[in-house]
Amino acid sequence: MFNITHISFWIVFAALLFFTRKQRILWPLLALALLLLFNDIFTPGFFNLELREGHLYGTLIDILKHGGIVMLVSLGMTLVIATGGVDLSVGAVMAVAGAVLAQAAINHQSPFVAMIFALLVSLVLGAWNGLLVAGIGIQPIVATLILMVAGRGVAQLITEGQILNFTDATLVYIANGYLLGMPFTCTLVLVLLAVTYALTRGTALGLFIESVGDNDIASRYAGVNSRFVKFIAYVFAGFCAGLAGLVAASNIKSADANHAGLYAELDAILAVVIGGTALTGGRFYLLGSIVGALLIQTLTTTMYARNVSADIAPVPKALVVIAVCLLQSDKARRYFTRLFPRRNPPAAMTETLTAAAPKVEAGS
Amino acid sequence: MKKLILLSSALVVALSGCGKKETSTSEPSGGGGKSVSVGFSQIGAESAWRTANSQSIKDEAQKRGIKLVFSDAQQKQENQIKALRSFIAQNVDVIAFSPVVETGWEPVLQEIKQAGIPVILTDRAVDVSDPSLYATFIGSDFVEEGRRAAQWLADKTGGKAQIAELVGTPGSAPALDRKKGFEEVLAKYPDMKIIKSQSGDFTRAKGKEVMESFLKAPDAKQITALFAHNDDMALGAIQAMEEAGVKPGSEITIVSIDGVKAAFEAMTAGKLNCTVECNPLIGPQLFDSIDAVLAKKDLPRRIVVQEGVFDQSKAAAELPNRKY
Repeated sequence: MFNITHISFWIVFAALLFFTRKQRILWPLLALALLLLFNDIFTPGFFNLELREGHLYGTLIDILKHGGIVMLVSLGMTLVIATGGVDLSVGAVMAVAGAVLAQAAINHQSPFVAMIFALLVSLVLGAWNGLLVAGIGIQPIVATLILMVAGRGVAQLITEGQILNFTDATLVYIANGYLLGMPFTCTLVLVLLAVTYALTRGTALGLFIESVGDNDIASRYAGVNSRFVKFIAYVFAGFCAGLAGLVAASNIKSADANHAGLYAELDAILAVVIGGTALTGGRFYLLGSIVGALLIQTLTTTMYARNVSADIAPVPKALVVIAVCLLQSDKARRYFTRLFPRRNPPAAMTETLTAAAPKVEAGS
Repeated sequence: MKKLILLSSALVVALSGCGKKETSTSEPSGGGGKSVSVGFSQIGAESAWRTANSQSIKDEAQKRGIKLVFSDAQQKQENQIKALRSFIAQNVDVIAFSPVVETGWEPVLQEIKQAGIPVILTDRAVDVSDPSLYATFIGSDFVEEGRRAAQWLADKTGGKAQIAELVGTPGSAPALDRKKGFEEVLAKYPDMKIIKSQSGDFTRAKGKEVMESFLKAPDAKQITALFAHNDDMALGAIQAMEEAGVKPGSEITIVSIDGVKAAFEAMTAGKLNCTVECNPLIGPQLFDSIDAVLAKKDLPRRIVVQEGVFDQSKAAAELPNRKY
């Protein structure tokens, strides 16, 4: 805990927290810092980093590597949620993209053709969602639920219910390769983040998305093509999910239509919410979603590293997530700070919960 | 606008149709008398093993000219309960299913009993207090598989091993029973210990992720053996070992359960040491029992599937015979 790398790591992190002290991203960053600090003190070997075969090797690198999938998905999800919608189909799109990739690779397509093919299919699936939501005006949850249920079936149809293995070096590189000592997945996330950031904050597109999410009708009267803005958000979410699907398939060198991206939509929504984007639409925070995804993966890896049995692992995870979400809420923070001098906030929480419970019983 | 809504709802129906994957695989092939119909609810298609299991059942139904209503639960108990209720509504003659989890089946099995439809469990057992809720259970003895894996490992290592364990889906019968059988045998060998145990959810991706974490623990060097509750997790773990520069099959002895084709390929490559077979080809035994149930014959409560243990020495010879 007291060697030079640890100290410099924590100095950098503390500086990060200091510079973001007035921004929304502070809360997920703070939670991440606390979780890492806990591991630094109590989980032996968690912060060990070494060079193996020319790349960094250690638990922290694993977090970046495996968190990449949720990060990619959550970038697309952020924009969709910012328009006031939600995309439940991203996990299924991941499975389809992986299935297309593996099937193309097995049929001796060049790896780049296979990747382009898989990404095109995910764009089409994203466009389908966009068409239903923006074109026809179906509720986003209902519209994307269709593909969430059907997509996995489509993926299984493509793989014929089998786990398809591939060995192509380029395809394996996506999730297992290293660039400049860091997992290639990190590069992928950084590039996508930079592109998304440039497109949404460098142009007016981000403002359009926020205005559509805030007030659809008002922005339409102001001359924003709200349908097109929404459509683009879903297409982009499809693309991000497709990319994540490539990473997931590459990671295990095979397409597992049944498990690839299972519950990825929930992880992505959680990452977006932890990052500070409101589910009601309007404001969005791309970096916040990335930090949210990191937090989720850090939690998962912590459970492995501390040998917490899988039966009870969801409980500590849920507690951390609840704590972060409460931290995020201005209302809850005000409530706690107001109550703190007089009463214990958790006690107050249980009080309201028990007060609410009999009502529910009476109702049912 | 109206047209568009109609069009999209038609597409919805078409698409959700392929998501559900409820298919009649075979029609009764002529012949006099009332044709037999069987409803089968499968867990999903999560592995090559499961696909071979489904295929064996479908093939056998076709061969015997039995109408099979096959439903895929996609790993969810609620889907499976829905499927079982739809079988009651369709008034099939026999219901067979592989339960996703062990518990929570009492209410729906009571409904089936009231409808007078006999139930046959395959592959995984259920935990119910009333034994009359099902006629028989055909499947592998998971406890025995765990015992065999442990026995093989004890013989191979001379009773000395520090074992990492990749557990299956928490709460599922194979995970609970394989662990139980494995630990039973381990109790006889004081120098064999499980030093790490974590769930890999029976999938390659999780098996790999968990093994990576095992290999980064401070006591990682002590691990001399790996016991994976299924082949897929072992295959994922092998990838993790190779990436960490650990030689699977020699530095860490790996034993897993199932006996899928990919495991035999890994054994011939020297990366996996042993797989305890868990035979999925239960179609013939299942339909023999269905015939017996319909003829009101007495069935044993438990029918065990024929299975073997394969290590590297037998792998090359067995590989061409593997169907799944």
